[in-house]
Amino acid sequence: MSDAVGVILSKKQKFERTPDRRNHDFHEELFALEAAGELIVQRVSDDFVSVPTKYGLQKKIQRGHLWHHKSCGQCGHIPGYSTSIFWIMRKLGYDYDDPRDQTSCTAWNYYASATSNQAAQAAVALRNFAAAYETGYFPLIHCGTSYGHYKEVRSELLHQPELRAQVRKVLAKLNKEMVIPEEIVHYSEWLYAMKDEIASRSILDLSKIGVTVHPACHYYKLVEGDAIYDPDVYHGQRTAAVSGLVLSLGADLRSYSTFFDCCGFGFRHILVQRDFTRSFATLRKIEVMKEEADPDVVLTHDTGCVTALDKSQFATQAHERNVGIPVMSEAQFAALAMGAHPFKVCQLHWHSTNYRPLLEKMGIDWEAAWAEFQEDLKKLERGDQKYLTWADVGV
Amino acid sequence: MAQVTFDPYLKLEHLAGHADVTRAEKERLISKVMADRRFPDYLYGCYECGICVAVCPSARFYDFSPRRIAQAAARVDVDLMFQQMEEDIWECSQCFSCLRCPRGNNPGGIITIMREVAVEEGRRSAKTALEGYSRIIYKIMSTGTQVSPDMLQPDAFPDWGPEVKDVSENLSLWRRALPPETHHTTSTGWDVAESTILELYVIWLETGALEMIKEVDTGIHMILEEIMEERLEEEGIEI
Ligand code: SF4
Ligand code: SF4
Repeated sequence: MSDAVGVILSKKQKFERTPDRRNHDFHEELFALEAAGELIVQRVSDDFVSVPTKYGLQKKIQRGHLWHHKSCGQCGHIPGYSTSIFWIMRKLGYDYDDPRDQTSCTAWNYYASATSNQAAQAAVALRNFAAAYETGYFPLIHCGTSYGHYKEVRSELLHQPELRAQVRKVLAKLNKEMVIPEEIVHYSEWLYAMKDEIASRSILDLSKIGVTVHPACHYYKLVEGDAIYDPDVYHGQRTAAVSGLVLSLGADLRSYSTFFDCCGFGFRHILVQRDFTRSFATLRKIEVMKEEADPDVVLTHDTGCVTALDKSQFATQAHERNVGIPVMSEAQFAALAMGAHPFKVCQLHWHSTNYRPLLEKMGIDWEAAWAEFQEDLKKLERGDQKYLTWADVGV
Repeated sequence: MAQVTFDPYLKLEHLAGHADVTRAEKERLISKVMADRRFPDYLYGCYECGICVAVCPSARFYDFSPRRIAQAAARVDVDLMFQQMEEDIWECSQCFSCLRCPRGNNPGGIITIMREVAVEEGRRSAKTALEGYSRIIYKIMSTGTQVSPDMLQPDAFPDWGPEVKDVSENLSLWRRALPPETHHTTSTGWDVAESTILELYVIWLETGALEMIKEVDTGIHMILEEIMEERLEEEGIEI
């Protein structure tokens, strides 16, 4: 082998970061503003996992005592998504707060309709951060768009004194302080940080389950420096969120050529121009995955991506296109691996593309599980109990 | 040989359409875009390399290009930017794939600002783009969560398969079958505390966000204004 080829291959085997490409660390401004008395930084507690990010900086992910900043699309339309995140946390024995004092980040609407402005968006973010701070729990963001948008807001606040002044005035009306957390953490980062703990609790053999991952644009393209990249996952060339967990769970992670493409969600398009969403989601993502990797499931880590990739397949099937792969969040997949109920916890009956062959291949008897769920529904209908509870799902 | 008497890098005025709008009005609107605090961070000039187009989902399906957006802005081509404001910007998916621009631009961000101005000014493009969208604006501004379970109606999403019908027929029962205590709602994503919603109203009113929709959807603006002011008054909160 020639030297040149050796150099190329060694690069492929182990990606080395070049320090001069390292993004600026926003913490410098954050702590300087805190020292100047402008804002409060909510600190990560001592119980954290350190994870690598795009340009080599480490990010602290707090293990427990987390404040769940929920996603309206997950809670509203894919409720097994948020339920699975909570379920995993309970199963691993970490405490959390599921607050009512939380609004949506409102960024879906903002990116769809622009019927808001910079100051309003920043005030919404900081109202939620202050609410978390008041409880003492550290925020964990469920939605990829909230996560990306809040990082944009953070960056704008750190660099624009006029914006800080404007938002401070609004917060004063609400009797709230200006608080920015030390790290803005997405739930998929928490799952990544906990991946070995999760894998050690897995009860299924997933080695025959083919998985393709769709990374969420707003997770790793917006303020991209502190998204997780791991030299051991895709040689550090693609974000390791989702994929790192898939590898730890022992599933068969497969690659495809349009990995970096968007899902086609489009914010307004998914609601009022779905021909675009459907075309992009199926022609650029699902069909390519099917042709190149033939996976059993597509895993992703954002509200919009699950929606666009899952719901777009029904109408496309009518055009006899090569689609038909179930789609869910990696949180639901990990919960299934840990023995969560496919309907009581993962709530797969809210999904569109047929997930039953996947469950069978994973060794889960979906027919028996569905019958159990129906029994529970009867109990609720009879009034034996008003709600299904955590005790009913073993955590 | 005819002499070139115009700047060859700018769109010819008679080709930019919208002759009904005066140059002064176009300049007023575009200067609003450029005066936004974020604008200097979103545009550093443009190599016109097209990398942003290569990664843009909307460019694949529409006659749309983030390069054209950045290029027009970098050339300060007022006529072309106005044309884009009226004809192009609502096709963007706001995915921000174009952030990989080698010049450090954010064409998607420029579009966000252009959309904001179009909404605030009640431009025709914004009105057309937001037709059928009012209920979402109403939902997010009045309840604090944007999408709710009861929006899953088969006639609204006929292309999403029969599961939508199952969900809507069983909605309240299936919502009760969710273990998280905050999830038993049908008209909001989760149970948002009343005091939290009031705080959100203060934000919409104080930052002028509610005022923004006045031109684009007068009806929704009136309803929301009434709800918010009434509730805040009941609680003795002054704006
Ligand atoms: S905006 Fe950036 S990526 Fe797009 S054409 Fe200009 S320099 Fe190239
Ligand atoms: S944000 Fe808009 S312009 Fe940029 S890549 Fe996405 S769709 Fe294209």
